[in-house]
Amino acid sequence: MKVELIHIHKHFGAVHANNDINLTVESGKIQGILGENGAGKSTLMKILSGYIQADSGEIRLDGTPVKISSPSDAIRLGIGMLHQDPLDFPPMRVVDNLLIGQDGGLFPNRREVVRAFNELQSQFGFSIDPYAYVDTLTVGERQQLEILRLLWLGARVLILDEPTTGISASQKEKLFETLRKLAAQGMSVIFVSHKLEDVEFLCDRIAVFRKGELVGEVDPPYVTDELVKLMFGRVISLEEKRRYETCDVSFHLDHVTIEDYRLQIRDINLTVSCGEVIGLAGMEGSGQVQFLRTCAGLIRPVAGEINLGGRRLTGKPYRAFLEAGIAYVPASRMEEGLIPGLSLTEHFILAEEQNGFFINFDKALATTRQRIEDFNIKGTPVSTVESLSGGNQQRALLAMLRQPVNLLLLEHPTRGLDIESAIWIWGKLKERCKQGTSIIFTSADLEEILQYSDRILVFYGGKVSPPLDAESTTVEQLGQLIGGKGF
Amino acid sequence: MTMMKTSSRWSGIGFQALAVLLALAFTTVVMLISGADPLQVYQNIITGALGSPTKVADILVAWTPLLLATAGLLLTFTAGLWNIGIEGQITLGAIFTTWALRVLQPTDLPPTLIMAVGFLAGALGGMFWAGLVGLLKIFGNVNEIFGGLGLNFVATALTIWLIFGPWKRPGVGSMSGTEPFPLELWLPTLPGFRLSPLALAMGIIAIAIVYILLRGTYFGLRLKAVGRNGRAAFLMGIPTTRYMLMAFLLCGLMAGLAGATQVLAVYHRLIPSISSGYGFLGMMVAMLVNYQALWAAPVALFFAALNIGSIQLPIVLKLDSSLSGVLQGSLVLFVLLMDGVRRRLTRS
Repeated sequence: MKVELIHIHKHFGAVHANNDINLTVESGKIQGILGENGAGKSTLMKILSGYIQADSGEIRLDGTPVKISSPSDAIRLGIGMLHQDPLDFPPMRVVDNLLIGQDGGLFPNRREVVRAFNELQSQFGFSIDPYAYVDTLTVGERQQLEILRLLWLGARVLILDEPTTGISASQKEKLFETLRKLAAQGMSVIFVSHKLEDVEFLCDRIAVFRKGELVGEVDPPYVTDELVKLMFGRVISLEEKRRYETCDVSFHLDHVTIEDYRLQIRDINLTVSCGEVIGLAGMEGSGQVQFLRTCAGLIRPVAGEINLGGRRLTGKPYRAFLEAGIAYVPASRMEEGLIPGLSLTEHFILAEEQNGFFINFDKALATTRQRIEDFNIKGTPVSTVESLSGGNQQRALLAMLRQPVNLLLLEHPTRGLDIESAIWIWGKLKERCKQGTSIIFTSADLEEILQYSDRILVFYGGKVSPPLDAESTTVEQLGQLIGGKGF
Repeated sequence: MTMMKTSSRWSGIGFQALAVLLALAFTTVVMLISGADPLQVYQNIITGALGSPTKVADILVAWTPLLLATAGLLLTFTAGLWNIGIEGQITLGAIFTTWALRVLQPTDLPPTLIMAVGFLAGALGGMFWAGLVGLLKIFGNVNEIFGGLGLNFVATALTIWLIFGPWKRPGVGSMSGTEPFPLELWLPTLPGFRLSPLALAMGIIAIAIVYILLRGTYFGLRLKAVGRNGRAAFLMGIPTTRYMLMAFLLCGLMAGLAGATQVLAVYHRLIPSISSGYGFLGMMVAMLVNYQALWAAPVALFFAALNIGSIQLPIVLKLDSSLSGVLQGSLVLFVLLMDGVRRRLTRS
């Protein structure tokens, strides 16, 4: 089935998540959708599959304009979406999963369903026991089940969102084979991914998204550098870099291993000098946040040593890290950084050292006025933090940091901010670096990482690259590493 | 509150007034259903509360434990905790006070000192019970609502066991409680009234202290931070568990003192329902004043007046005195409801 998306717009608050997207997917083709996190690809796919509605624009299937206002509308029209996390019912049997979502009488015909299911899966060489419980299947098998279920429901357009995350190489091969077979039968397959390798290998055509726009469509043969350039844009200008020598309060990670239920990051070694800026690049969820939180003392590493200026911090509680002069600024400002309902003044009082039992409000007000001026916060001392804009919340968070800080850990310090605010915030941060503060920060914006870092660590599925010198690294190299090439 | 625009403040007052009217209307409907003449009932409540100096003094007697409970609860609510276990904390305070008095009664110590020790023991009893709720929450991952509820039942069972067991009256134990203490162990009252100025002063001081704590101290501000966003407070370096535990202990202390006044100034013995529901009533007061200490005292006084005013309803009108509870409960419900309506309407 031919799918046409015409002039699609979607706003989330101030964010233009889809800006005038025009995309045509011919039937019998595998269309790749490539882009960073937040580039707008998932938004577009959710619009097509009925989970959200576009603000404006048109969708045509085989030339006929359609209105898709819910996922069940979409499946009725033949559009099925395979989500990153399988949307199945783990404690139920495979056959029951097929029956759910199917129109039918009160008493479904189980035997007939099993027969049809087995016939369908033999076409693709799958071998799922229809009576098995879903939670005993592997992620790859659950994906196969989901594909079969969508075909079963009559899907003629199949959307796959990051389908190669979490499945084995052989299952990936099988998936690709299946998708090719489906395309050969005349189905349209839309394959969403940030993995260059997969997209290049599988797709007949690739559409690249960046910052809510479709920035280009590419036909094979693909040139990786060209795709990376489209995906991440161009580097503007690099600031002049300074060299940093190891100093007496440098931060060391020695053979550190971090584990959580999803991933394991092994054997990290890093020394951060005074005033040095380390950028952490990688797709979201590749381990950067775990790394940052380990440096902050919020996650305890399972092995290795952490110390700051010779002071051993391994295994110490978060407070000890805080007292050693390590500050952590989380990305979710309202959830983890600021306290809704409290005013700016109250925040600055909380951030200051306690002085006596009673609060000196006159002094606190004076301090707050000063901070508001210094950090150019658009708000008054009595403004509650939730009444501030995102940029001003970020400024407030930075204004709350105590002096002096030895190591500053920042999660997406400029996410959601306009360019001006971002530049201003980095100006403030660089001032701190001149006073000897080291910075480790994550960002989804490669330009930001290249522009402000001295060295860069790239994370990919729990693996960490050796520190790269930011000066001699190009966006293309970085993009390839982020896409998993070169690990 | 301070940064609310004038227009929204007026609309806020308007909605509050509407809530009061709705609560009165609802209570009136309840009266009509039960076959009473609403005007007569309201008149009776008013004369029952304000009809004589004795009755006014009785309002202040009821106000005292209510003030103490509300003051404590304002601290736990500020820390984001639902200290539903306050009833048990009042009861434990009463039990500890009774215990101290029973132990010291046969000694030669001056009665004033015995009573002082009684207050101290009551405070400790309340803290002990509240501390258990806090520890269960912090280290046992037991939600304070469930922990508190469970401990309330334990406290009640403990009271009954003591009254019918080890502390039973000579001869036979009865629901009327333990043997009353001798007169010298009664907290002095105003001549001719049941009101003890000392107990009343304690209640007023407690609410004043809480008001100052929450308004002008680092402790209060941090408690507020913990209650509104524990995660952010922790990341700012505030030891959140310590602050939660302190809120529980302080609330337990005040609840324990409430229990102690019930024993020393009101009943002069341990009775089965010694907490008299002041803990739950305190929760309603705290909710009704939106956790603002400034308004807690007058609203608590109003609730105390309703309680006293409805005492004579069964005698005069053959109505249950729980009618005041209907009014109190529906008041809280409608105020919360109207607050929700206001938010929904003014959301931009």
